[in-house]
Amino acid sequence: MSLAPRITIGGIGAVSAAGWGVPPLLGALDQGAPLPLDYIARPGPDTIRTLPVRRVPKPVNPPAFLAHARLRRSSPISKFAAAAALEALGNNPAKAHRTGVIFTLLNGCVNYSGRFFGEVLREPATASPILFPETVFNAPASHLATMLGFSAPAFTLIGDSAQFITGIELAVQWLLDDVVDACLVVGAEEVDALTAEALHLLAPGAILTEGAAALYLERNGPGPVIEEIAGPIPIQGAPGRAARAAAAHRLRQSLAPTLPGTLLIDDASGCSRSDAPGQAAWHDWTGPRLSPHRLLGEAPGASTAVRCVLAAESIQSGRAARTLVPAIGADQQASALVLGRG
Amino acid sequence: MAYQSATYTPRPPQRVVITGAGILTAHGAGWQANAAAFRSGQVSLRRITLFDVSRQRVTIAGEVQLPGLPPHHLGRRDLQRMERGTHLLIHAAKEALASSGLPLTEFPAVLGTSAGGMTLGEALYRQAHASPPSGRGQATRAVFYQAQQQAAVMQRALGITGPLTVISNACASGANAIAHAASLVRRGDAPAVLGGGYDALSQLVFAGFDTLKALSPTVARPFDAHRDGLALGEGAGVMMLENFAHARARGATILAEIVGTGASTDLHHLTQPHPQGDAALASMTAACAMAGLSPDEIDYVNSHGTGTPLNDVAEALAIQRWAGASVRRIRVSSTKGGTGHLLGGAGAVEAIICLMALREGFLPPCVNVEAPDPACTFDLIREPREATLRTALTNSFGFGGSNATLLFRQPPE
Repeated sequence: MSLAPRITIGGIGAVSAAGWGVPPLLGALDQGAPLPLDYIARPGPDTIRTLPVRRVPKPVNPPAFLAHARLRRSSPISKFAAAAALEALGNNPAKAHRTGVIFTLLNGCVNYSGRFFGEVLREPATASPILFPETVFNAPASHLATMLGFSAPAFTLIGDSAQFITGIELAVQWLLDDVVDACLVVGAEEVDALTAEALHLLAPGAILTEGAAALYLERNGPGPVIEEIAGPIPIQGAPGRAARAAAAHRLRQSLAPTLPGTLLIDDASGCSRSDAPGQAAWHDWTGPRLSPHRLLGEAPGASTAVRCVLAAESIQSGRAARTLVPAIGADQQASALVLGRG
Repeated sequence: MAYQSATYTPRPPQRVVITGAGILTAHGAGWQANAAAFRSGQVSLRRITLFDVSRQRVTIAGEVQLPGLPPHHLGRRDLQRMERGTHLLIHAAKEALASSGLPLTEFPAVLGTSAGGMTLGEALYRQAHASPPSGRGQATRAVFYQAQQQAAVMQRALGITGPLTVISNACASGANAIAHAASLVRRGDAPAVLGGGYDALSQLVFAGFDTLKALSPTVARPFDAHRDGLALGEGAGVMMLENFAHARARGATILAEIVGTGASTDLHHLTQPHPQGDAALASMTAACAMAGLSPDEIDYVNSHGTGTPLNDVAEALAIQRWAGASVRRIRVSSTKGGTGHLLGGAGAVEAIICLMALREGFLPPCVNVEAPDPACTFDLIREPREATLRTALTNSFGFGGSNATLLFRQPPE
């Protein structure tokens, strides 16, 4: 048995198309029906044809933290992340002395990037200097750290959907090496027309969504225990189904034997092309299984984070003794997280 | 790296050395060309040719004259869709790999970038907004503008594989990536890790800095009392970080040991540093604490030194507070006046400049300084100097308050 500290989940938070907070997310999953669609105009001059997306609904009562100076003009991604992080912290940022932030995303603040670049192409002399800093990948992590008063390291990782598990792994490393006393790991993404069109081209049938999810990691807390992080298994060669299938297969093989009753929370989203590698690797799974992306949609930087939140919640609520969250990324890596009661 | 709580056992920290380095900047490609240029204080800024700057306030930058790709394993399609940053990265990684002589083909890579494949992202936007609308090539652009694809193409080009981590902490990205790569070796997770950073010039980012009035309309002159902004640049710096025992066992040439890393977050403002340099001080202090070295044992500081009024004075004050009574003997320069600010590549390239200074015995000058800012109470290197160095420290501070420090020492005996 290891004498090293156990790394535990001390809090969870989520913002999704189901609403602001973990309870609406659970409510939507309990209902079991796909969430209603919104439609977004395609980018550019063709505004007649639209693409289906699932947006985060406007909060019924705007939370007070949205008035923070850093968040007033920030991108949606920063607002989603702030809400998820505060929920994970139980609205108490002072829980630990040195709290790190690890933010994972794929596209980042695409709405501001598009707006700013449009202004630059029209007339650079009048492009807004307020917009540009918000386009930088680490702006959301910076806003989050400032809002919470965290001066410990804040890292932003870019990558496919498996990158959130790399973020958890980095947090575990920081905690084991005493770089921080606690760490927020946040995955977030926002909807825009360019991304919606790209997903439409690359994964027909998948619905783009947005939101954020956050895990608060600490040493030796009472919450769910991180039992195993498998991978990352690199997706080798040119991106494609065969390379992803090989990585998914190796990931399954690399995992410790699964105990009976483990809840599998997979990344199937309803697009047969992108779902196939994960489905093939776990085709013989006979235990309980949840596929939340089918109801919520696909948010590249946030979906795995949402599944990890659901995994932790399932253990907290007693619905599962152990959970397995595999992430077969689109073109970078495959990883998996196993949580247990400890 | 895989983790299992039941069996995890901390290992004693491993010493980490640098066994290979690759660099590409506006000065040229490779160690030799860059070492000569940094040693002499060459300035390689020129009018930008990559995109239209006719309506910009500023028109110059450290644009790289891109050499052809080194020998690679890529196919025709990979070459057709290659983004400029990927091209820069392949060059630097190839040199790092070759100079290390590492006989492995599978090891992790940790890379830093601020803009990723922005030029392809710009093309994606332009095509989407073109009339009549066309989806031709858009799927390819959507995939290959992603930073992890740039790194993956680099791996394919060089015939290597391994887990990829891409850190995007603005201008501290490259230094944070090297620090993280070092931590993987120090923890015993891997015997060798490729670490570095890169960024290519892009219209969006150039225009962004111009709208902020952060670019110098005259000449970039870090630490000068009359400085009026920075010059942007592009390039890549990559190094092979290796377990000391592993490197020694295979008879590798060791360029330096990385003995300290520090990181902190400046909460003052999204784009402005704390006026007294609080977070910069925390980052430098952390790196020295890890190394067990005091400031008076640091022989050279390659500063972040962008040339903006706010950055340089904050960093100068942080160095004063960090060095205390030793400040007058701390030798400091910024090398950004010669190549421009390489953003996500800056920390990695400046780490390699530190390796050059240690190995070749020189202090790179801070160019264009006529009257040093009064905050510069340290020994500001304004002319090329020869020097025997034992240690060198480099700072990188980014938008969003991402601060990083790396500390190198001569190779162990």
